[in-house]
Amino acid sequence: MSPSYPEAYFPILLQVGLAVLVAGGVLVTSHLLGRRVRNKTKDSPYECGITPVGDARGRFSVKFYLVAVLFILFDVEVVFLFPWAVVFRELGLFGFFSMLLYMALILAGFFFVWKKGVLDWAKRGR
Amino acid sequence: MHPITTVHYLFLSAALLLVGTIGVLTRRNIVVILMSIELILNAVNINLIAFSRQLGNVNGQVFAIFVITDAAAEAAVGLGILIALFRNKETVNADEVDILKW
Amino acid sequence: MPDSAQILRLLPEILLSVFGTLIMVLDPLTGRNRKALLGVLALVGAYCAWIGALVSYANPGPAFGGMVTVDGFATFFRLLVCAIGFLTVLASMSYLERNELPQGEYYALVLFGVAGQSLMAVSGELVLIFLGLEISSISTYILAGFLREDAKSNEASLKYFFLGSFATAFFLYGVALTYGATGSTKLVVIRQAMEGKDANVVLAVIAGALMFVGLAFKVSAAPFQVWTPDVYQGAPSPVTAYLSTGPKAAAFAIFLRIFFTTVPQTGVMWGWLLWTCALLSMTIGNFAALVQTDIKRMLAYSSIAHAGYVLVAFTSCTPIGAAAAMFYLAAYAFMNLGAFTVVSHLSGRREQYVAIDHYAGLGRRRPFLAALLTIFLLSLVGIPLTGGFFGKFYIFRAAVNADLLWLAVLGLLNSAVAAYYYLKVIVVMYMQEPKEEVTIEPVPATLAATLVLAAGAVFFLGVYPGPVLDFATRSASFSRQ
Repeated sequence: MSPSYPEAYFPILLQVGLAVLVAGGVLVTSHLLGRRVRNKTKDSPYECGITPVGDARGRFSVKFYLVAVLFILFDVEVVFLFPWAVVFRELGLFGFFSMLLYMALILAGFFFVWKKGVLDWAKRGR
Repeated sequence: MHPITTVHYLFLSAALLLVGTIGVLTRRNIVVILMSIELILNAVNINLIAFSRQLGNVNGQVFAIFVITDAAAEAAVGLGILIALFRNKETVNADEVDILKW
Repeated sequence: MPDSAQILRLLPEILLSVFGTLIMVLDPLTGRNRKALLGVLALVGAYCAWIGALVSYANPGPAFGGMVTVDGFATFFRLLVCAIGFLTVLASMSYLERNELPQGEYYALVLFGVAGQSLMAVSGELVLIFLGLEISSISTYILAGFLREDAKSNEASLKYFFLGSFATAFFLYGVALTYGATGSTKLVVIRQAMEGKDANVVLAVIAGALMFVGLAFKVSAAPFQVWTPDVYQGAPSPVTAYLSTGPKAAAFAIFLRIFFTTVPQTGVMWGWLLWTCALLSMTIGNFAALVQTDIKRMLAYSSIAHAGYVLVAFTSCTPIGAAAAMFYLAAYAFMNLGAFTVVSHLSGRREQYVAIDHYAGLGRRRPFLAALLTIFLLSLVGIPLTGGFFGKFYIFRAAVNADLLWLAVLGLLNSAVAAYYYLKVIVVMYMQEPKEEVTIEPVPATLAATLVLAAGAVFFLGVYPGPVLDFATRSASFSRQ
């Protein structure tokens, strides 16, 4: 390990210190200076300014979940596009058609999901 | 000057492997077990990227992309199995899944 | 850009993927009562892939920068897994119909799984091996839980998923360390690095150990076998037939290829480990199978024992041992597939009749099924005239030739123990009166065809093992340049 090892981390230490200072400072100042008003609206959880609906631990329909998982899958498939895009020109036509084939496979998957009615929110009993 | 060497990454990744393994072996919640397995896969990724940098070839990085894809596919299937189980048994605890002798 | 010769070397995998995707796309478009057509399509796909494996062997060699190597070894396992896929589809058709299961997904998953296994057999590179392993594993996780309403099937699927992905993660960690230690993921380059002393030996040994653990999980070798009985018992019977043959054969294929290609003196460093694993697997499998009352669970323990026999062949660390292991895997695939197919038919709706007691009086009530099950069980025992006999014979001969006399003797004792529980089933079938009413449906044509094909293969390997063994012996020497 080089002698300058701790030195290399000094900026990070500085950053951590600054973050703690600012965050703590804001909390402490507002605690000392702010007026305290307590009513029902103030005590309720913050949901982007809308009146909260129901319990935060409520259950969601499994549909949301299914769509979320599908989103992840289709999302991750795009990861292969990035390295491909970087060397797109060097790969030429072969690379282009390979990617076209890959996208066709993803589309086949999407077609399956669609036709199986996974995206059909209104239908029940699937 | 590189104060952080490959060995540092190897230790980080070994620690993640350890945390993941302990998680798989000791936790009861199935979702947490799943997360532990993902942790091991990420340990693999850290290794791959570190070696890729050390060796100066990109094979490791490409491999890491495949591992990420695989992790996503695995998680999707695992959660799907979990939902099927939950519909029948109403539990996400691994030690309550015991019709078949373990 | 790869030329057509290179693409031709990947023909079986391409065909399997195309047919799998085609089934997946056509599934929502076919009417409810025409789903059997998808099964026919899957059969055509598996058959085409089998032919494709032969076609690509006509022009062997590496492709895609050495990632893929078409050689005799790869072709042997490609033909085997394609045949297993074909028989699995054929055996599953009536089962799916009876249990009202979705068919399109099932056939597509089987074909994708076979594509993964075929890829494992042919790849000479760790990334591709990992991808094949995962394609095969993920599709089998889903298949294990295919009886969605059945809590046992859910449980089997969950356990298979967790232990399977845990094992894959370990294997993968080993692969990453290998890459770091040798600078490559190509098996041949890894070997050169190991011989050329520019590899990091400590890392390589840790990597080898991790990969060994991962693969031992996959082939259900002791002490990593705990998941096997539960998964095999809970999964739908045709899926169990597939799980215990296809993915296992492919896992043994990469096991053989990785360890025979990369590790310089296999015998010296890994010998004792393989020795212990082989003995433990045989003993645990056979003795636990003795006390089982559920036939699926019994066959699951027996499959652990059979993994042990194959490991005996590994332990010899010679090309003859590798050839014996290959021959054994082929023989085992057909007899186990046949036995589980009979079990899947007799299990009835929702797998109600899976206790050994339910088989009482079968010899009188269904002579055809009983006779075929007897053939498969006798082959599993290793009686002459069946494939199981020559499989065991070659394995123990390879062990004796490699100075592993003790292991061979212990293995033979184990087979003697195993004979007890296989013969017990035959005794129950022919000599006991049924205690409770068991409904047996008539045998559908597809199922009968599966059984006859499997029994034919078992007899062929038992009476005329020459061609298959010759092919295995010729392909068991791996390219080491």
